[in-house]
Amino acid sequence: MRRASKRLLGYLWAVVFIMAGWWISSLAVGSPALPEPVSAIKTFGAQAAVIAPQFAISAWRVCVAMLIGAGLAAPLGLVSGRSSRVDAVLAPIMYLLYPVPKIVLLPVLLVLFGLGGAPKVALIALTVFFQVLMTMRDAGKAVPQTAVVSVRSLGGSGWDVFRHVVLPATLPSLFTSLRISTGTSIAVLFFAESIAGTTGLGWYIMNAWGMLNYAAMFAGIIAMAILGIIFYEAFNAVEYATSAWRRAGDSATQR
Amino acid sequence: MTGAHLSFADARVAYRTDEGDLTALDGISLEVAPGEPIAIIGPSGCGKSTLLKLAAGLLSPTSGQVLIDSRQVTGPRSATSLILQDLGLLPWKTVEKNAELGLALRSLPRAERRDRARRALAQVGLAGFERRYPSELSGGMRQRLAFARALALDADLLLMDEPLSALDALSREALQQVLLELQQQRRYASVLVTHSIDEAVFLGRRIVVMTPRPGRIAGIVDNPGMGRKAYRASAEFGQVGRQVRSLLERALAKEEES
Repeated sequence: MRRASKRLLGYLWAVVFIMAGWWISSLAVGSPALPEPVSAIKTFGAQAAVIAPQFAISAWRVCVAMLIGAGLAAPLGLVSGRSSRVDAVLAPIMYLLYPVPKIVLLPVLLVLFGLGGAPKVALIALTVFFQVLMTMRDAGKAVPQTAVVSVRSLGGSGWDVFRHVVLPATLPSLFTSLRISTGTSIAVLFFAESIAGTTGLGWYIMNAWGMLNYAAMFAGIIAMAILGIIFYEAFNAVEYATSAWRRAGDSATQR
Repeated sequence: MTGAHLSFADARVAYRTDEGDLTALDGISLEVAPGEPIAIIGPSGCGKSTLLKLAAGLLSPTSGQVLIDSRQVTGPRSATSLILQDLGLLPWKTVEKNAELGLALRSLPRAERRDRARRALAQVGLAGFERRYPSELSGGMRQRLAFARALALDADLLLMDEPLSALDALSREALQQVLLELQQQRRYASVLVTHSIDEAVFLGRRIVVMTPRPGRIAGIVDNPGMGRKAYRASAEFGQVGRQVRSLLERALAKEEES
């Protein structure tokens, strides 16, 4: 509880700081493209009913994409990390594909899946997939062999090794990688939604921009920021909950 | 509960390496009676750990036999408990969950698991630490936790590979005492691999001295006084220790000749 309130206080301070910076910048720039924060927030309130459904659509896309991306990548990464035979086949492919920006595939996906939600979900899923794949492969490799032997010597099966060793040892890494890929995912979401289709926050922002409605545009930007923060904080919370054992050692050394 | 009867009959273990076959153990014949604690000592490379792996069912002999209660050991056995040098504690599980691990692998009901784990933890002096993580414990306490895990299993055969080697001298003696008392209460058969003559004489009813390359049994020292009160201070303790030492020295000298 203390941790949560401390974090909330930190956020409050950050909001004040950012608002002040925004306000000073808007005064300095003096352009309608950068409205001062109060009017943007007022518009955000007034437009809430219009923004909410776009927000829901965007949130849903990120949710589904992350589930698909991580759902495929986590098991594949773990298998690759745990089995040197599988790794010999998969690792070169991973290394080759990982640095390729998945975003360049958007035109292809648009042709394949049309202008709806599917190409957006596919693009985000691809981005998340590789991030999670690489992280989980490394996490799988880092599972302490002594723990595996320990479960084996007690008569544990392969499933037991997975349940008692591999899963708990790598779960924190999964949520770390998801937390880190949140930023990229939201960026990819914005890009995909702004290029094609007439739904989602990305579209809303670019639409407002096209109509020179900068206050509305910023209301959309605020909504997108909130979307990112929600995902980030959710993964952060799960990561925290699954890694209590890691922190236990730290506090012991401090004592 | 009575201890298991472990026996090695002319067991041999050879590995195939790039430079030909390497014999790790050769002609090992040894009987460990039910409830008997034995200690194994020898220079590094004498195959002590390989011997334990054979008994634990993690390794099969190239030839010869390893039997527990007259049945051939074919894989890990649920009433055998193995404590390795690194203890094999799972850092993501609490003390209690670590103590329960062997029982959880056997899908015992949750309540019984907790009951047995708590009793074992109390027995090794870890009551009150159930919710901690291994990283929060001292070296000696982690050691106790590894013992508790073995105790919770109600093992009839306890195999230990230098479990106390990472401890300072004082905690080491304290834990040797704990091990001695547990063995006297529970009467499991145990095989303790150690580098310390002192530890071997304190905890082994018989002390098996091994020689390296290939690992063979050089001799077995009987130690009838083991477990007596204040045994460590007695003349007999020193005498048995000297006997073990001279066997070890002879083994080492022979190795240097060859």
